Amino acid sequence: MSRALSPAVAAMSRKPWRKGSVLPGFPLALGLTLTWLSLIFLIPLSALLLRPWELGLSGFWTVVTDPRVLAALRISFGAAALAAAINAGLGLLIAWVLSRYDFPGRRWVDALVDLPFALPTAVAGIALTAIYAPNGPLGAPLAEMGLRVAYTPLGIVLALIFVGLPFVVRTVQPVLEDLDREVEEAARTLGATPRQTAWRVVLPALAPALLTGVGLAFARAAGEYGSVIFIAGNMPLRSEIAPLLIVIKLEQFDYAGAAAVGLAMLALSFTGLLLLNTLQGALARRGRA
Amino acid sequence: MNARRLSAGRLALIASALIALSLIVVLPLAMVFHEALRQGAGAYVAALAEPDAWAAMRLTLLVAAISVPLNAVFGLAAAWTIAKFEFRGRSLLVTLIDLPFSISPVVSGLVWVLLFGVNGWLGPLMQELGIRVIFNITGVILATLLVTLPFVARELIPLMEQQGGDEETAAITLGAGPWTTFFRVTLPNVKWGLLYGVLLCNARAMGEFGAVSVVSGHIRGLTNTLPLHVEILYNEYDFVGAFAVATVLAGLALVTLGLKSALEWRHAGELAAVRRH
Repeated sequence: MSRALSPAVAAMSRKPWRKGSVLPGFPLALGLTLTWLSLIFLIPLSALLLRPWELGLSGFWTVVTDPRVLAALRISFGAAALAAAINAGLGLLIAWVLSRYDFPGRRWVDALVDLPFALPTAVAGIALTAIYAPNGPLGAPLAEMGLRVAYTPLGIVLALIFVGLPFVVRTVQPVLEDLDREVEEAARTLGATPRQTAWRVVLPALAPALLTGVGLAFARAAGEYGSVIFIAGNMPLRSEIAPLLIVIKLEQFDYAGAAAVGLAMLALSFTGLLLLNTLQGALARRGRA
Repeated sequence: MNARRLSAGRLALIASALIALSLIVVLPLAMVFHEALRQGAGAYVAALAEPDAWAAMRLTLLVAAISVPLNAVFGLAAAWTIAKFEFRGRSLLVTLIDLPFSISPVVSGLVWVLLFGVNGWLGPLMQELGIRVIFNITGVILATLLVTLPFVARELIPLMEQQGGDEETAAITLGAGPWTTFFRVTLPNVKWGLLYGVLLCNARAMGEFGAVSVVSGHIRGLTNTLPLHVEILYNEYDFVGAFAVATVLAGLALVTLGLKSALEWRHAGELAAVRRH
């Protein structure tokens, strides 16, 4: 088969596959890395990629187009997209304040941003439920205003905002700190209003990092389980998330069905990230033009 | 453009950022302690003294004690391979190592059931050999290993890339053996970064819920980790118990954040995560 390859590929394969180095340990380190990666990740992952097809193509399609599965996928990915969009605004605000202004306790506030990374999801889940339940400190006043948060899709979005916020802050903040302030000052001296400077000078420079952060927050939120199941209410077709459906199918020993939902989630996640990547590329091209 | 001069607009921005953070981050944390102490310190202590809570704590420590060192060794090997050598497929390897981060925790548990469960690929074989993986500690450890796989590697790879291989090359040229070079040159250079990665890896290992929940079977005293114990108590409407156990995990998160910030403040120059900031 290799004989049929194009000359370019043939030329590539003549090149040594690694550059020489006096440093030792390459075979050992690479061997260890690949072995562990295969045992812990690649072999298990291959089960996820292969097992759904035990149902056949039509069987797979029947599982993922089942109304309950479709609703769960829509809720997981819709809520994740909404939460990521809200986090884009909130994260931008927090990153801006942390990197541009000095105020007492700034370092402590900065450290606190990472709490959602460190706090186990189940703990976040029960705490958010207690806050927004109809008798909770925020849930009660909101309920009086006619807004139910816990046990509705709104609660899901809220939990996903909690989970995703640090991703946006932590990707935007370093770029904002490195951003050349002279450019902003130039814009201001040339007569731009603060608003124009923010929208036409700062935001375009931040856009790639912001999209990366939003992508990370979205991917994390779409697969989130622990912080959501307590507050969601888990009503089929209404507030049931896709990961929960996997758990339910596994409890019924429907392995192929569970794998099909898992694979669909994986595919949707990567489609979402790919779209963001394309958007990022387009923005970068426009920035250069 | 004086950062110290606070105009009304700046104050408004700072205030709204602080209010958002308080509502989203601080309030849930405070709620955990408030709910745990709702019926007084006596009920709180009694809930923590439960034998099942202790068993969950022991299992959580055991799982972290096994999975964190293994993934730390993996992280060191992966970073050595990727940062010190140039070879084809290098960027693919980096992508693969990062991938477990963008996979749902439930899927990270599911893959092990697909392999070792009753209807799994290796399920019948395991049954014949009398080995239980799913609904057993082994499964909990495997699931934890998968979700914590990238933590140490992704901290060490950029750090070791920045440091390059010059110091190691000098040591080797001067006649140092490979292991001497690794332990005397490389390891001291990355020790704070390694500690940073281990810290985050450990926090996730002890706090993981979704992946572990799928493989554990929630057997009290046997396969129940602390986060799973929180869920069981909560679903039994034992709210003081659930939040009491949750305070232990929240405490762990706060200690992790404290140590992490201390590392960032003191050793900023020797951490990849901070250099990126």
